[in-house]
Amino acid sequence: MRSTVLEHDIAQVVEMVRQGKRLDGRGFEEMRAFTVEVNKYLNAEGSARVVLGETEVVAGLKMEVGKPYPDNPDAGAISVGAEMLALAHSEYESGAPSFDEIEVARVVDRGIREGKALDFEKFCIKSGEAVWIAYLDFYAINSDGNLFDAGSIACLATLMNGKKPKIDANNKIIDNEFEGKLELKRLPLLTTFVKIAGKILVDPTYLEEKAAETRFSVATTEDGLMSAMQKGMNGSFTLDEVNYMIDVAFKVGKETRKQIQKL
Amino acid sequence: MSGKQREDCPDYKKDKKRVDGRKMDQLRPLSIKVGVLPNADGSAYLEWGQNKVYAAVHGPREALPKHTASPYKAVVKVQYRMATFSVPQRKQPRPNRRDMEISKVLAEALERVIFTEQFPNTEIAVFVEVVDSNAGSRVACLTAAACALADAGLPMKDLISATGCGKGFNEIILDLNKEEEDAPDAVDIPLAILPNSNEIALLQMDGLITKEEFNRAIQMGIKGCKDIYEIQKKALAEKFELTELTPAIAKAEVKGEKASATDAAKPSKTEKKEVKAKKVKK
Repeated sequence: MRSTVLEHDIAQVVEMVRQGKRLDGRGFEEMRAFTVEVNKYLNAEGSARVVLGETEVVAGLKMEVGKPYPDNPDAGAISVGAEMLALAHSEYESGAPSFDEIEVARVVDRGIREGKALDFEKFCIKSGEAVWIAYLDFYAINSDGNLFDAGSIACLATLMNGKKPKIDANNKIIDNEFEGKLELKRLPLLTTFVKIAGKILVDPTYLEEKAAETRFSVATTEDGLMSAMQKGMNGSFTLDEVNYMIDVAFKVGKETRKQIQKL
Repeated sequence: MSGKQREDCPDYKKDKKRVDGRKMDQLRPLSIKVGVLPNADGSAYLEWGQNKVYAAVHGPREALPKHTASPYKAVVKVQYRMATFSVPQRKQPRPNRRDMEISKVLAEALERVIFTEQFPNTEIAVFVEVVDSNAGSRVACLTAAACALADAGLPMKDLISATGCGKGFNEIILDLNKEEEDAPDAVDIPLAILPNSNEIALLQMDGLITKEEFNRAIQMGIKGCKDIYEIQKKALAEKFELTELTPAIAKAEVKGEKASATDAAKPSKTEKKEVKAKKVKK
Protein backbone atom coordinates (compact mmCIF):
# COMPACT_ATOMS: atom_id res chain seq x y z
CA MET A 1 0.00 0.00 0.00
CA ARG A 2 2.66 2.40 1.09
CA SER A 3 4.98 1.63 -1.85
CA THR A 4 2.42 2.65 -4.47
CA VAL A 5 2.13 6.15 -3.05
CA LEU A 6 5.86 6.27 -2.55
CA GLU A 7 6.80 6.62 -6.24
CA HIS A 8 4.62 9.66 -6.55
CA ASP A 9 5.89 11.16 -3.29
CA ILE A 10 9.51 10.69 -4.33
CA ALA A 11 8.88 12.39 -7.67
CA GLN A 12 7.36 15.29 -5.76
CA VAL A 13 10.35 15.57 -3.42
CA VAL A 14 12.76 15.65 -6.39
CA GLU A 15 10.67 18.23 -8.25
CA MET A 16 10.51 20.51 -5.21
CA VAL A 17 14.25 20.22 -4.58
CA ARG A 18 14.85 21.30 -8.18
CA GLN A 19 12.87 24.44 -7.35
CA GLY A 20 14.95 24.96 -4.21
CA LYS A 21 12.23 23.86 -1.78
CA ARG A 22 11.59 21.02 0.66
CA LEU A 23 8.32 19.27 1.37
CA ASP A 24 8.25 20.47 4.99
CA GLY A 25 9.31 24.02 4.07
CA ARG A 26 12.78 23.79 5.60
CA GLY A 27 15.89 25.36 4.15
CA PHE A 28 18.53 23.01 2.75
CA GLU A 29 20.86 23.75 5.67
CA GLU A 30 18.17 23.51 8.33
CA MET A 31 17.75 20.67 10.84
CA ARG A 32 14.27 19.68 11.99
CA ALA A 33 13.37 20.87 15.48
CA PHE A 34 14.09 18.25 18.11
CA THR A 35 13.41 17.54 21.77
CA VAL A 36 15.48 15.53 24.22
CA GLU A 37 14.39 14.00 27.53
CA VAL A 38 17.11 12.47 29.65
CA ASN A 39 17.24 9.80 32.35
CA LYS A 40 13.61 8.83 31.95
CA TYR A 41 14.42 5.11 32.09
CA LEU A 42 15.54 4.28 35.60
CA ASN A 43 17.06 0.85 34.99
CA ALA A 44 19.63 2.41 32.65
CA GLU A 45 22.78 4.13 33.89
CA GLY A 46 21.85 6.99 31.60
CA SER A 47 19.18 7.37 28.95
CA ALA A 48 17.66 9.73 26.44
CA ARG A 49 14.55 9.98 24.31
CA VAL A 50 14.98 12.10 21.20
CA VAL A 51 12.22 13.22 18.89
CA LEU A 52 13.63 14.75 15.69
CA GLY A 53 10.71 15.81 13.53
CA GLU A 54 8.71 12.57 13.47
CA THR A 55 11.74 10.37 14.05
CA GLU A 56 11.80 9.03 17.59
CA VAL A 57 14.80 7.30 19.13
CA VAL A 58 15.46 6.03 22.66
CA ALA A 59 18.95 5.29 23.94
CA GLY A 60 20.20 3.77 27.15
CA LEU A 61 23.51 2.98 28.79
CA LYS A 62 24.44 -0.12 30.76
CA MET A 63 27.87 -0.26 32.41
CA GLU A 64 29.44 -3.67 32.90
CA VAL A 65 32.72 -4.89 34.30
CA GLY A 66 34.65 -6.88 31.73
CA LYS A 67 38.11 -8.03 30.72
CA PRO A 68 40.27 -5.55 28.78
CA TYR A 69 41.71 -6.35 25.36
CA PRO A 70 45.14 -7.97 25.77
CA ASP A 71 46.79 -5.26 23.63
CA ASN A 72 45.37 -2.48 25.80
CA PRO A 73 45.19 -3.73 29.40
CA ASP A 74 44.37 -0.33 30.96
CA ALA A 75 41.62 0.82 28.62
CA GLY A 76 37.90 0.31 28.92
CA ALA A 77 35.67 0.00 25.90
CA ILE A 78 32.41 1.14 24.39
CA SER A 79 29.95 -0.87 22.36
CA VAL A 80 27.19 0.86 20.44
CA GLY A 81 24.20 -1.09 19.19
CA ALA A 82 21.29 0.05 17.06
CA GLU A 83 17.99 -1.59 16.35
CA MET A 84 15.46 -0.40 13.82
CA LEU A 85 12.49 -1.91 15.60
CA ALA A 86 9.67 -3.39 13.56
CA LEU A 87 7.57 -1.06 15.70
CA ALA A 88 9.12 1.96 14.00
CA HIS A 89 8.19 1.33 10.39
CA SER A 90 6.18 -1.22 8.43
CA GLU A 91 9.28 -1.66 6.26
CA TYR A 92 11.44 -2.89 9.15
CA GLU A 93 11.63 -6.51 10.13
CA SER A 94 12.95 -8.10 13.24
CA GLY A 95 15.62 -10.72 13.12
CA ALA A 96 19.38 -10.73 12.79
CA PRO A 97 20.87 -7.23 12.62
CA SER A 98 20.50 -5.81 9.11
CA PHE A 99 23.24 -4.03 7.14
CA ASP A 100 21.54 -0.72 7.82
CA GLU A 101 21.38 -1.30 11.57
CA ILE A 102 25.01 -2.30 11.74
CA GLU A 103 26.09 0.68 9.64
CA VAL A 104 24.23 3.27 11.69
CA ALA A 105 25.49 1.75 14.96
CA ARG A 106 29.08 1.67 13.77
CA VAL A 107 29.06 5.23 12.43
CA VAL A 108 27.60 6.60 15.68
CA ASP A 109 30.12 4.45 17.58
CA ARG A 110 33.08 5.79 15.57
CA GLY A 111 32.07 9.39 16.14
CA ILE A 112 32.12 8.86 19.90
CA ARG A 113 35.09 6.47 20.09
CA GLU A 114 37.44 8.28 17.72
CA GLY A 115 36.33 11.65 19.03
CA LYS A 116 37.79 10.46 22.35
CA ALA A 117 34.56 11.51 24.02
CA LEU A 118 35.19 9.07 26.86
CA ASP A 119 38.44 8.77 28.75
CA PHE A 120 38.97 5.03 28.50
CA GLU A 121 41.95 5.17 30.87
CA LYS A 122 39.51 6.22 33.58
CA PHE A 123 37.53 3.05 32.79
CA CYS A 124 40.37 0.93 34.21
CA ILE A 125 39.53 -0.92 37.43
CA LYS A 126 42.55 -3.25 37.59
CA SER A 127 45.14 -3.31 34.84
CA GLY A 128 44.85 -6.39 32.65
CA GLU A 129 41.99 -7.79 34.69
CA ALA A 130 38.96 -5.57 34.95
CA VAL A 131 37.76 -2.51 33.07
CA TRP A 132 34.43 -0.80 32.50
CA ILE A 133 32.61 -1.55 29.28
CA ALA A 134 29.93 0.94 28.29
CA TYR A 135 27.06 -0.69 26.40
CA LEU A 136 25.16 2.02 24.61
CA ASP A 137 22.11 0.82 22.70
CA PHE A 138 19.62 2.87 20.77
CA TYR A 139 16.29 1.93 19.25
CA ALA A 140 14.21 3.52 16.52
CA ILE A 141 10.69 3.85 17.91
CA ASN A 142 9.26 5.77 14.95
CA SER A 143 11.27 6.33 11.83
CA ASP A 144 10.98 9.36 9.59
CA GLY A 145 14.54 9.36 8.31
CA ASN A 146 17.99 10.31 9.58
CA LEU A 147 18.47 7.73 12.31
CA PHE A 148 22.16 8.66 12.13
CA ASP A 149 21.72 12.11 13.65
CA ALA A 150 18.83 11.16 15.93
CA GLY A 151 20.91 8.24 17.22
CA SER A 152 23.97 10.43 17.63
CA ILE A 153 22.03 13.04 19.61
CA ALA A 154 20.45 10.34 21.77
CA CYS A 155 23.78 8.63 22.44
CA LEU A 156 25.60 11.86 23.28
CA ALA A 157 22.80 13.03 25.57
CA THR A 158 22.84 9.62 27.25
CA LEU A 159 26.57 9.70 27.87
CA MET A 160 26.46 13.31 29.10
CA ASN A 161 23.92 12.23 31.70
CA GLY A 162 25.41 8.80 32.41
CA LYS A 163 26.67 7.52 35.74
CA LYS A 164 29.28 4.97 36.75
CA PRO A 165 27.98 2.35 39.21
CA LYS A 166 29.84 1.61 42.46
CA ILE A 167 31.59 -1.74 42.74
CA ASP A 168 32.53 -3.88 45.73
CA ALA A 169 35.91 -5.50 46.48
CA ASN A 170 35.20 -8.32 44.00
CA ASN A 171 34.40 -5.86 41.21
CA LYS A 172 30.71 -6.67 41.42
CA ILE A 173 28.29 -3.85 40.70
CA ILE A 174 26.36 -2.59 43.73
CA ASP A 175 22.73 -1.95 42.79
CA ASN A 176 21.59 1.65 42.72
CA GLU A 177 24.81 3.14 44.02
CA PHE A 178 26.94 5.34 41.84
CA GLU A 179 30.45 6.72 41.83
CA GLY A 180 29.56 9.83 39.94
CA LYS A 181 28.84 11.12 36.48
CA LEU A 182 30.71 9.98 33.40
CA GLU A 183 33.19 12.60 32.33
CA LEU A 184 33.18 13.53 28.69
CA LYS A 185 36.27 15.07 27.15
CA ARG A 186 34.64 15.94 23.87
CA LEU A 187 31.13 16.16 22.44
CA PRO A 188 31.13 14.73 18.91
CA LEU A 189 27.90 14.96 16.94
CA LEU A 190 26.98 13.49 13.59
CA THR A 191 25.45 15.58 10.86
CA THR A 192 23.97 13.77 7.88
CA PHE A 193 23.29 15.00 4.35
CA VAL A 194 21.73 13.61 1.21
CA LYS A 195 22.07 14.66 -2.40
CA ILE A 196 18.86 14.96 -4.39
CA ALA A 197 18.81 16.27 -7.95
CA GLY A 198 22.37 17.53 -7.50
CA LYS A 199 21.45 19.59 -4.41
CA ILE A 200 22.61 18.90 -0.88
CA LEU A 201 20.16 18.75 2.04
CA VAL A 202 20.86 18.32 5.71
CA ASP A 203 18.81 16.04 8.01
CA PRO A 204 16.82 14.05 5.42
CA THR A 205 13.32 12.77 6.14
CA TYR A 206 12.27 9.22 5.23
CA LEU A 207 11.02 10.37 1.83
CA GLU A 208 14.13 12.42 1.17
CA GLU A 209 16.25 9.37 1.97
CA LYS A 210 14.20 7.38 -0.53
CA ALA A 211 14.67 10.11 -3.14
CA ALA A 212 18.39 10.49 -2.45
CA GLU A 213 21.18 9.56 -4.81
CA THR A 214 23.76 9.47 -2.08
CA ARG A 215 24.33 10.21 1.59
CA PHE A 216 27.13 11.62 3.74
CA SER A 217 27.62 11.83 7.50
CA VAL A 218 30.38 13.58 9.40
CA ALA A 219 30.96 13.77 13.15
CA THR A 220 32.21 17.17 14.31
CA THR A 221 33.50 18.23 17.70
CA GLU A 222 33.24 21.52 19.57
CA ASP A 223 37.00 22.13 19.15
CA GLY A 224 36.88 22.13 15.36
CA LEU A 225 37.84 18.52 14.69
CA MET A 226 36.14 15.70 12.81
CA SER A 227 36.03 12.22 14.26
CA ALA A 228 34.15 10.08 11.75
CA MET A 229 32.82 10.15 8.22
CA GLN A 230 30.66 7.86 6.18
CA LYS A 231 29.55 8.13 2.59
CA GLY A 232 26.63 5.90 1.77
CA MET A 233 24.46 4.78 -1.16
CA ASN A 234 25.42 4.33 -4.79
CA GLY A 235 25.78 7.96 -5.88
CA SER A 236 28.87 10.14 -5.50
CA PHE A 237 30.10 13.54 -4.30
CA THR A 238 32.76 15.94 -5.59
CA LEU A 239 35.45 17.09 -3.16
CA ASP A 240 33.92 20.59 -3.23
CA GLU A 241 30.62 19.13 -2.12
CA VAL A 242 32.29 17.24 0.71
CA ASN A 243 34.00 20.43 1.89
CA TYR A 244 30.71 22.30 1.73
CA MET A 245 29.02 19.62 3.85
CA ILE A 246 31.83 19.75 6.41
CA ASP A 247 31.35 23.52 6.77
CA VAL A 248 27.60 23.12 7.22
CA ALA A 249 28.10 20.23 9.67
CA PHE A 250 30.21 22.42 11.97
CA LYS A 251 27.54 25.12 11.90
CA VAL A 252 24.61 22.75 12.45
CA GLY A 253 26.50 20.64 14.99
CA LYS A 254 27.27 23.72 17.08
CA GLU A 255 23.58 24.63 17.37
CA THR A 256 22.57 21.05 18.16
CA ARG A 257 25.30 20.71 20.79
CA LYS A 258 24.16 23.94 22.45
CA GLN A 259 20.66 22.56 22.83
CA ILE A 260 21.87 19.27 24.35
CA GLN A 261 24.22 21.08 26.74
CA LYS A 262 21.33 23.16 28.06
CA LEU A 263 19.67 20.03 29.51
CA MET B 1 13.80 -0.70 44.65
CA SER B 2 15.24 -3.00 42.04
CA GLY B 3 15.35 -6.46 43.51
CA LYS B 4 17.34 -5.58 46.63
CA GLN B 5 16.64 -7.97 49.48
CA ARG B 6 15.73 -6.38 52.78
CA GLU B 7 17.30 -7.63 55.96
CA ASP B 8 14.09 -7.22 57.95
CA CYS B 9 11.49 -8.91 55.75
CA PRO B 10 8.21 -6.93 55.77
CA ASP B 11 5.01 -8.61 56.93
CA TYR B 12 2.02 -7.01 55.22
CA LYS B 13 -0.44 -8.61 57.66
CA LYS B 14 1.16 -6.57 60.42
CA ASP B 15 2.31 -3.52 58.45
CA LYS B 16 -1.07 -2.91 56.72
CA LYS B 17 0.99 -1.07 54.14
CA ARG B 18 3.22 -2.13 51.25
CA VAL B 19 6.89 -1.36 50.68
CA ASP B 20 6.00 1.47 48.32
CA GLY B 21 3.22 2.74 50.58
CA ARG B 22 0.34 1.29 48.57
CA LYS B 23 -2.75 -0.42 49.94
CA MET B 24 -3.02 -4.18 49.27
CA ASP B 25 -5.50 -3.72 46.41
CA GLN B 26 -4.00 -0.56 44.94
CA LEU B 27 -2.48 -0.27 41.46
CA ARG B 28 0.68 1.67 40.75
CA PRO B 29 0.07 4.95 38.89
CA LEU B 30 -0.93 4.15 35.31
CA SER B 31 -1.10 6.48 32.33
CA ILE B 32 -1.81 5.65 28.70
CA LYS B 33 -1.52 7.72 25.55
CA VAL B 34 -2.76 6.41 22.22
CA GLY B 35 -1.77 7.38 18.68
CA VAL B 36 1.79 8.26 19.62
CA LEU B 37 3.62 6.71 16.63
CA PRO B 38 2.79 8.33 13.28
CA ASN B 39 4.08 5.39 11.19
CA ALA B 40 1.95 2.75 12.88
CA ASP B 41 -1.69 2.00 12.04
CA GLY B 42 -2.38 2.08 15.76
CA SER B 43 -0.12 2.77 18.73
CA ALA B 44 0.02 3.43 22.44
CA TYR B 45 2.56 4.48 25.06
CA LEU B 46 2.03 3.37 28.61
CA GLU B 47 3.69 4.21 31.91
CA TRP B 48 2.78 2.00 34.83
CA GLY B 49 4.89 2.55 37.90
CA GLN B 50 8.43 2.33 36.57
CA ASN B 51 7.30 0.27 33.54
CA LYS B 52 7.42 2.16 30.27
CA VAL B 53 6.28 0.44 27.09
CA TYR B 54 5.43 1.25 23.49
CA ALA B 55 2.93 -0.73 21.44
CA ALA B 56 2.42 -0.49 17.69
CA VAL B 57 0.01 -2.24 15.33
CA HIS B 58 0.81 -2.72 11.65
CA GLY B 59 -1.95 -4.22 9.58
CA PRO B 60 -4.04 -6.00 8.60
CA ARG B 61 -1.39 -6.48 5.92
CA GLU B 62 -0.07 -9.23 3.68
CA ALA B 63 1.00 -12.15 5.85
CA LEU B 64 4.67 -12.88 5.29
CA PRO B 65 6.20 -15.43 5.00
CA LYS B 66 3.25 -16.65 2.97
CA HIS B 67 2.88 -20.02 4.69
CA THR B 68 1.91 -18.24 7.93
CA ALA B 69 -1.29 -16.93 6.34
CA SER B 70 -4.68 -18.52 6.91
CA PRO B 71 -7.51 -18.46 4.35
CA TYR B 72 -9.99 -18.29 7.24
CA LYS B 73 -8.72 -15.44 9.38
CA ALA B 74 -6.04 -12.88 10.04
CA VAL B 75 -3.09 -14.20 11.99
CA VAL B 76 -2.18 -12.17 15.02
CA LYS B 77 1.57 -11.90 15.47
CA VAL B 78 2.99 -10.34 18.60
CA GLN B 79 6.57 -9.47 19.32
CA TYR B 80 7.42 -8.72 22.91
CA ARG B 81 10.92 -7.26 23.28
CA MET B 82 12.91 -5.55 25.99
CA ALA B 83 15.53 -2.88 25.43
CA THR B 84 18.98 -3.88 26.69
CA PHE B 85 18.83 -1.10 29.28
CA SER B 86 15.30 -1.81 30.51
CA VAL B 87 16.43 -4.18 33.27
CA PRO B 88 19.00 -3.87 36.10
CA GLN B 89 21.32 -6.44 34.45
CA ARG B 90 21.88 -5.60 30.78
CA LYS B 91 19.71 -7.84 28.60
CA GLN B 92 21.24 -9.56 25.60
CA PRO B 93 19.78 -7.93 22.48
CA ARG B 94 18.60 -11.14 20.85
CA PRO B 95 15.17 -12.49 21.88
CA ASN B 96 15.35 -15.18 24.55
CA ARG B 97 12.96 -17.97 25.54
CA ARG B 98 11.09 -15.69 27.92
CA ASP B 99 10.47 -13.12 25.15
CA MET B 100 9.17 -15.84 22.86
CA GLU B 101 6.81 -17.31 25.43
CA ILE B 102 5.39 -13.93 26.37
CA SER B 103 4.93 -13.03 22.69
CA LYS B 104 2.95 -16.23 22.24
CA VAL B 105 0.57 -15.79 25.18
CA LEU B 106 0.02 -12.12 24.33
CA ALA B 107 -0.87 -13.01 20.74
CA GLU B 108 -3.35 -15.63 21.90
CA ALA B 109 -4.96 -13.23 24.34
CA LEU B 110 -5.33 -10.49 21.73
CA GLU B 111 -6.69 -12.88 19.13
CA ARG B 112 -9.63 -13.53 21.44
CA VAL B 113 -10.98 -10.00 20.97
CA ILE B 114 -10.28 -9.25 17.30
CA PHE B 115 -12.77 -10.24 14.60
CA THR B 116 -9.93 -11.93 12.72
CA GLU B 117 -12.31 -13.76 10.38
CA GLN B 118 -12.99 -10.44 8.67
CA PHE B 119 -9.44 -10.28 7.31
CA PRO B 120 -8.50 -13.67 5.82
CA ASN B 121 -4.99 -14.16 4.42
CA THR B 122 -3.60 -11.18 6.32
CA GLU B 123 -1.53 -10.64 9.41
CA ILE B 124 -2.07 -8.19 12.22
CA ALA B 125 1.39 -7.46 13.57
CA VAL B 126 1.64 -6.12 17.08
CA PHE B 127 4.99 -4.94 18.40
CA VAL B 128 5.56 -4.15 22.05
CA GLU B 129 8.83 -2.73 23.31
CA VAL B 130 9.72 -2.39 26.97
CA VAL B 131 12.11 0.51 27.57
CA ASP B 132 11.98 0.48 31.37
CA SER B 133 10.64 -2.17 33.71
CA ASN B 134 9.89 -3.06 37.30
CA ALA B 135 7.75 -6.23 37.37
CA GLY B 136 4.54 -6.58 35.40
CA SER B 137 5.88 -5.64 31.99
CA ARG B 138 3.86 -8.30 30.14
CA VAL B 139 0.54 -7.09 31.49
CA ALA B 140 1.63 -3.52 30.79
CA CYS B 141 2.35 -4.57 27.20
CA LEU B 142 -0.97 -6.35 26.83
CA THR B 143 -2.90 -3.37 28.18
CA ALA B 144 -1.03 -1.08 25.78
CA ALA B 145 -1.44 -3.47 22.83
CA ALA B 146 -5.21 -3.62 23.31
CA CYS B 147 -5.35 0.18 23.15
CA ALA B 148 -3.16 0.18 20.03
CA LEU B 149 -5.52 -2.30 18.33
CA ALA B 150 -8.51 -0.11 19.13
CA ASP B 151 -6.54 2.91 17.91
CA ALA B 152 -5.90 1.07 14.63
CA GLY B 153 -9.68 0.94 14.20
CA LEU B 154 -9.83 -2.86 14.15
CA PRO B 155 -13.22 -4.42 14.87
CA MET B 156 -13.05 -5.91 18.38
CA LYS B 157 -15.42 -7.75 20.66
CA ASP B 158 -14.01 -6.04 23.72
CA LEU B 159 -10.83 -4.49 25.00
CA ILE B 160 -8.33 -6.46 27.04
CA SER B 161 -7.32 -5.20 30.45
CA ALA B 162 -4.48 -6.86 32.28
CA THR B 163 -2.73 -6.67 35.62
CA GLY B 164 -0.55 -8.69 37.90
CA CYS B 165 -1.95 -10.01 41.16
CA GLY B 166 -0.86 -12.61 43.67
CA LYS B 167 0.87 -12.83 46.98
CA GLY B 168 3.91 -11.34 48.63
CA PHE B 169 5.11 -10.71 52.18
CA ASN B 170 2.31 -12.80 53.67
CA GLU B 171 -0.66 -11.05 52.04
CA ILE B 172 -2.73 -11.15 48.85
CA ILE B 173 -1.79 -8.12 46.77
CA LEU B 174 -2.53 -6.42 43.48
CA ASP B 175 0.04 -5.33 40.87
CA LEU B 176 3.27 -6.65 42.41
CA ASN B 177 6.40 -4.56 42.08
CA LYS B 178 9.88 -6.04 41.71
CA GLU B 179 10.57 -6.15 45.43
CA GLU B 180 7.30 -8.00 46.08
CA GLU B 181 7.95 -10.34 43.16
CA ASP B 182 11.27 -11.22 44.83
CA ALA B 183 9.66 -11.85 48.24
CA PRO B 184 10.38 -15.32 49.66
CA ASP B 185 6.69 -16.30 49.51
CA ALA B 186 5.94 -14.47 46.23
CA VAL B 187 3.22 -15.71 43.91
CA ASP B 188 2.90 -13.82 40.64
CA ILE B 189 -0.28 -14.17 38.60
CA PRO B 190 -0.38 -12.19 35.36
CA LEU B 191 -4.09 -11.91 34.52
CA ALA B 192 -5.97 -10.43 31.59
CA ILE B 193 -9.71 -10.24 31.15
CA LEU B 194 -12.28 -8.99 28.68
CA PRO B 195 -13.66 -6.31 30.98
CA ASN B 196 -17.25 -6.51 29.72
CA SER B 197 -17.66 -10.28 29.98
CA ASN B 198 -15.06 -11.15 32.64
CA GLU B 199 -13.67 -13.84 30.33
CA ILE B 200 -10.09 -14.67 31.20
CA ALA B 201 -7.81 -14.18 28.21
CA LEU B 202 -4.45 -14.63 29.87
CA LEU B 203 -3.55 -16.44 33.04
CA GLN B 204 -0.15 -17.51 34.24
CA MET B 205 1.14 -18.24 37.69
CA ASP B 206 4.32 -19.06 39.47
CA GLY B 207 4.77 -19.66 43.19
CA LEU B 208 3.04 -21.73 45.88
CA ILE B 209 -0.56 -20.85 46.70
CA THR B 210 -3.77 -22.42 48.05
CA LYS B 211 -7.00 -22.48 46.07
CA GLU B 212 -8.59 -20.05 48.51
CA GLU B 213 -5.73 -17.57 48.22
CA PHE B 214 -5.71 -17.96 44.45
CA ASN B 215 -9.38 -17.04 44.23
CA ARG B 216 -8.93 -14.03 46.46
CA ALA B 217 -6.01 -12.87 44.30
CA ILE B 218 -8.00 -13.33 41.09
CA GLN B 219 -10.97 -11.40 42.49
CA MET B 220 -8.60 -8.59 43.37
CA GLY B 221 -7.06 -8.84 39.90
CA ILE B 222 -10.43 -8.63 38.16
CA LYS B 223 -11.30 -5.54 40.16
CA GLY B 224 -7.94 -4.04 39.17
CA CYS B 225 -8.59 -4.83 35.51
CA LYS B 226 -11.89 -2.93 35.65
CA ASP B 227 -10.06 0.15 36.92
CA ILE B 228 -7.52 -0.26 34.14
CA TYR B 229 -10.36 -0.55 31.62
CA GLU B 230 -11.62 2.88 32.66
CA ILE B 231 -8.14 4.35 32.08
CA GLN B 232 -7.94 2.64 28.68
CA LYS B 233 -11.31 4.02 27.64
CA LYS B 234 -10.32 7.49 28.75
CA ALA B 235 -7.06 7.33 26.78
CA LEU B 236 -8.92 6.25 23.63
CA ALA B 237 -11.60 8.88 24.10
CA GLU B 238 -8.94 11.55 24.48
CA LYS B 239 -7.58 10.85 21.03
CA PHE B 240 -10.92 10.68 19.27
CA GLU B 241 -12.55 13.53 21.11
CA LEU B 242 -13.46 16.50 18.97
CA THR B 243 -11.62 19.59 20.12
CA GLU B 244 -11.02 23.05 18.77
CA LEU B 245 -7.95 21.53 17.09
CA THR B 246 -10.03 19.12 14.97
CA PRO B 247 -10.12 20.45 11.41
CA ALA B 248 -13.47 22.07 10.62
CA ILE B 249 -14.02 19.80 7.64
CA ALA B 250 -13.66 16.67 9.78
CA LYS B 251 -16.15 18.06 12.26
CA ALA B 252 -18.67 18.71 9.51
CA GLU B 253 -18.33 15.19 8.15
CA VAL B 254 -18.63 13.66 11.56
CA LYS B 255 -21.83 15.62 12.11
CA GLY B 256 -23.21 14.25 8.88
CA GLU B 257 -22.44 10.72 9.97
CA LYS B 258 -24.02 11.34 13.35
CA ALA B 259 -20.96 10.07 15.16
CA SER B 260 -20.04 12.02 18.23
CA ALA B 261 -17.20 12.18 20.66
CA THR B 262 -19.21 10.32 23.27
CA ASP B 263 -19.66 7.41 20.89
CA ALA B 264 -15.94 7.18 20.40
CA ALA B 265 -15.56 7.05 24.13
CA LYS B 266 -17.13 3.59 24.24
CA PRO B 267 -14.77 1.54 22.18
CA SER B 268 -16.27 -1.80 23.14
CA LYS B 269 -19.68 -1.13 21.68
CA THR B 270 -18.96 1.34 18.95
CA GLU B 271 -15.86 0.05 17.22
CA LYS B 272 -17.24 0.72 13.75
CA LYS B 273 -17.99 4.34 14.49
CA GLU B 274 -14.51 4.69 15.84
CA VAL B 275 -13.13 3.56 12.49
CA LYS B 276 -15.12 6.32 10.88
CA ALA B 277 -14.00 8.89 13.42
CA LYS B 278 -10.39 7.99 12.72
CA LYS B 279 -10.82 8.15 8.99
CA VAL B 280 -12.28 11.61 9.00
CA LYS B 281 -9.69 12.89 11.40
CA LYS B 282 -6.93 11.87 9.01
